[in-house]
Amino acid sequence: MKVIKHSFDGVIVGAGGAGLRAAIEAAPHMKLAVITKLYPTRSHTGAAQGGMSAALANVEEDNWNWHAFDTVKGSDYLADQPAVDILCKEAIDSVVELEHWGLPFSRLENGKIAQRRFGGHTVKEGEAPAFRACYAADRTGHMILQTLYQKCVSMGVTFFDEFQVLDIKIDDGVCKGVIAYEIATGNIHIFEARAVTFATGGFGKIYKVSSNAHSLTGDGPGILYQKGIPLEDMEFYQFHPTGIYRLGILLSEAARGEGGILRNKDGERFMERYAPSIKDLAPRDMVSRAIATEISEGNGAGPNNDFVYLDLTHLGAETIKQKLPDITDFVRTYVKIEPINEPIPVQPTAHYAMGGIPTDVNARVLSDATGTVLPGVYSAGESACVSVHGANRLGTNSLLDIVVFGKRAGQSMVDYVSSTKPMALSENAAEDLTNKIENLMDKDHNLEFSVPRIREELQDTMEENAKIFRTEESLEKQTKILTDLRDRYQNVTISDKGKVFNTELLEAIELEYLLDMSDTTVASALHRKESRGAHSRVDHVERDDKNWLKHSFAFKNDASVKLEYKDVELGNYEPKERKY
Amino acid sequence: MDVKVNILRYNPETDRKGHWEEYILEADPDERILDLLHKVKWFDDGSLAFRRSCAHGVCGSDAMVVNGENMLACQVLVKEVSTPIKIEPIRGLPVVKDLVVNMDSFFDSYKKVMPYLVNDAEPGERERLQSPEDRDRFEDTTKCILCAACTTSCPVFWTADTYVGPAAIVNAHRFVFDSRDNASKQRLEILKDVDGAFRCRTAFNCTSACPRGIQVTKAIEDVKRQTLTIN
Ligand SMILES: Cc1cc2nc3c(=O)[nH]c(=O)nc-3n(C[C@H](O)[C@H](O)[C@H](O)COP(=O)(O)OP(=O)(O)OC[C@H]3O[C@@H](n4cnc5c(N)ncnc54)[C@H](O)[C@@H]3O)c2cc1C
Ligand code: SF4
Ligand code: FES
Repeated sequence: MKVIKHSFDGVIVGAGGAGLRAAIEAAPHMKLAVITKLYPTRSHTGAAQGGMSAALANVEEDNWNWHAFDTVKGSDYLADQPAVDILCKEAIDSVVELEHWGLPFSRLENGKIAQRRFGGHTVKEGEAPAFRACYAADRTGHMILQTLYQKCVSMGVTFFDEFQVLDIKIDDGVCKGVIAYEIATGNIHIFEARAVTFATGGFGKIYKVSSNAHSLTGDGPGILYQKGIPLEDMEFYQFHPTGIYRLGILLSEAARGEGGILRNKDGERFMERYAPSIKDLAPRDMVSRAIATEISEGNGAGPNNDFVYLDLTHLGAETIKQKLPDITDFVRTYVKIEPINEPIPVQPTAHYAMGGIPTDVNARVLSDATGTVLPGVYSAGESACVSVHGANRLGTNSLLDIVVFGKRAGQSMVDYVSSTKPMALSENAAEDLTNKIENLMDKDHNLEFSVPRIREELQDTMEENAKIFRTEESLEKQTKILTDLRDRYQNVTISDKGKVFNTELLEAIELEYLLDMSDTTVASALHRKESRGAHSRVDHVERDDKNWLKHSFAFKNDASVKLEYKDVELGNYEPKERKY
Repeated sequence: MDVKVNILRYNPETDRKGHWEEYILEADPDERILDLLHKVKWFDDGSLAFRRSCAHGVCGSDAMVVNGENMLACQVLVKEVSTPIKIEPIRGLPVVKDLVVNMDSFFDSYKKVMPYLVNDAEPGERERLQSPEDRDRFEDTTKCILCAACTTSCPVFWTADTYVGPAAIVNAHRFVFDSRDNASKQRLEILKDVDGAFRCRTAFNCTSACPRGIQVTKAIEDVKRQTLTIN
């Protein structure tokens, strides 16, 4: 294998919203490379639809404290409140900054940025739904990604497009760089860099029905987990209430923000029973549970009673065209239904990882539950867990998270690089990786151990046993299945032995990350004997603040997972019962 | 149902030129063309190469030629195309392997038109104001996902690959008609060049190819007209 060496001060892995925002901050101050397995504009940030919250108060009175209250309550009190304060306070300048860089937000008549309602966002700590989400029709994420990339192009940021990072080099607890695989050639690249940020996005592909892209396989968290870094709050995975039936393609909460209503097979607006005050705009964990409950009680629609309807028919053609053009097009394209006239079949879809690589508010990666900083390694965006989303993220808070903490990751890289000297990586730094690849290439192909078979079983069983409602029994069962899949993975084989665009090889490596993400999700879920936010234990239905106001840290322990815990950082808001 | 799919295969490590391979696949009429490609890759020949990510028409990874027309494989269903389904890489860019082409020159052309907002005036502490009407003037071209379906459907681009191509012009349009931008003149100077907007022969292939429904030819016409206003 050909090995090529590069020397940089800093490397950012990932070019979605978080990676690009970090790059804009860091690039002027160091020799920086952004490495991404997809062309930057193909990152999944571009799929985000509904909006990005900030208390701009363009439509009605608002302030960032109310935003913070909603975020903490939405998180089921698991978010760290000092971090939430930063998120909500810095939101305002972050949105304005994006506008200054050219982001084409939708506008109000007076020329200001338009804002809409979104689930769980309220005025005056719960009084009524708030107009807080800044948006550009239903393609807000696309506009954020394009704007940040455009800014990077204008600054001349160095990109390595379609390079996949597969290893990090940490010697004696200090970061020295990463190793990447060039997809077009199969060449291995050693990137010397003393500051490395992981902004690799989520890992929805552990489930069968997901709003996530094929590329979202948990690479950053997986790479670090395999090096002994823990993953935080992995039991909290968000299921978005409205994925297109069977396909999982997302229909943004903006649809309900604009007035859309969920109905069961009888046409009943069932959310009135579950969240009497804000109904369809309750937070996602509650709405997804309500849908799952309706379905399990036989109120689902269709021959198998396994979906509910999202009804937009009363909104009128003009609102739909102006405000929800893309998602209604998805419905026309993939289900051949006209949403102006007919309700849309939907079901919850695996959507967002609240958990991930533990960081402090400056995006510095923590190597244990006591807050020890791993020098030179940073993470931001969906791959990270700060934690600002706690047990359940509010809609629009992730696009915010990626810019607020993406920027902070960039700043931390600058601080670190300016106070340290370059560190050399040896010529054989890529050896572990080249051995791993050669090993995969040398094995004869055996269909039983093919990547798609193992992956399909993983996704089917995670969907069955570790989705919205969990029990000790279902999680124990999944633990056994994962052990078996892991054993089979040890013998995984591929048929493509070529160097050029060998994506089968990369899918094999990504599958290991998916197994890591599943192991940690299931182990953390099994241990947490309470229900909080997105984690619902049928056998422990109550939230238990006395014992579980804690973040979980899952460590790799040979073949199993070891758990440690860290207290939640409270602030202005005492944990209360969560009612809407 | 069984569907016959023909894919133009090319592996630079073993083939001198491309060749057609036929696959008979069990498929549901509601499945995407992308799902068919995955069936081949995952359960028949793991070496098949194509790009994809989002699987619902928003990332721009999987533009390809299906039955002679440019489209995103994830945006078209089996029941919408006639069989046998013929799948080839987009034209006019060098093939890397199977359905994957080298996108370097495509992104270079994009970067040539200054695809970013230029405005050196101090913007103040809050957002710049823009009326909904001014915002609407460039709405259509903000939707571009840089999939290259337009550029690689253009007969002018096939014969003169120095032509910046429709996608780059769309992205120039995005800023030329943005009331907040101050660099229209520079951008239009670039597009007045021999390889710029006037190469367009209004074949309209680009408009029908665009998976985002952007009025590409109209955007090019708008830009051409605008270049006449500078001197
Ligand atoms: C359909 C959808 C709609 C959404 N809508 C909203 C919304 O309206 N509001 C909101 O706040 N949030 C929304 N979200 C959530 C939000 O969009 C994401 O959480 C956020 O965009 C993640 O950004 P990111 O930068 O962390 O990761 P991504 O944008 O996913 O980027 C990941 C990057 O990492 C790179 N990468 C990954 N692995 C590697 C590797 N091994 N080597 C090199 N590069 C690698 C990829 O190439 C990519 O560039 C939505 C999510 C989805 C799926
Ligand atoms: S204009 Fe349309 S076809 Fe051309 S690159 Fe953009 S999205 Fe693709
Ligand atoms: S896979 Fe993203 S556009 Fe088709």
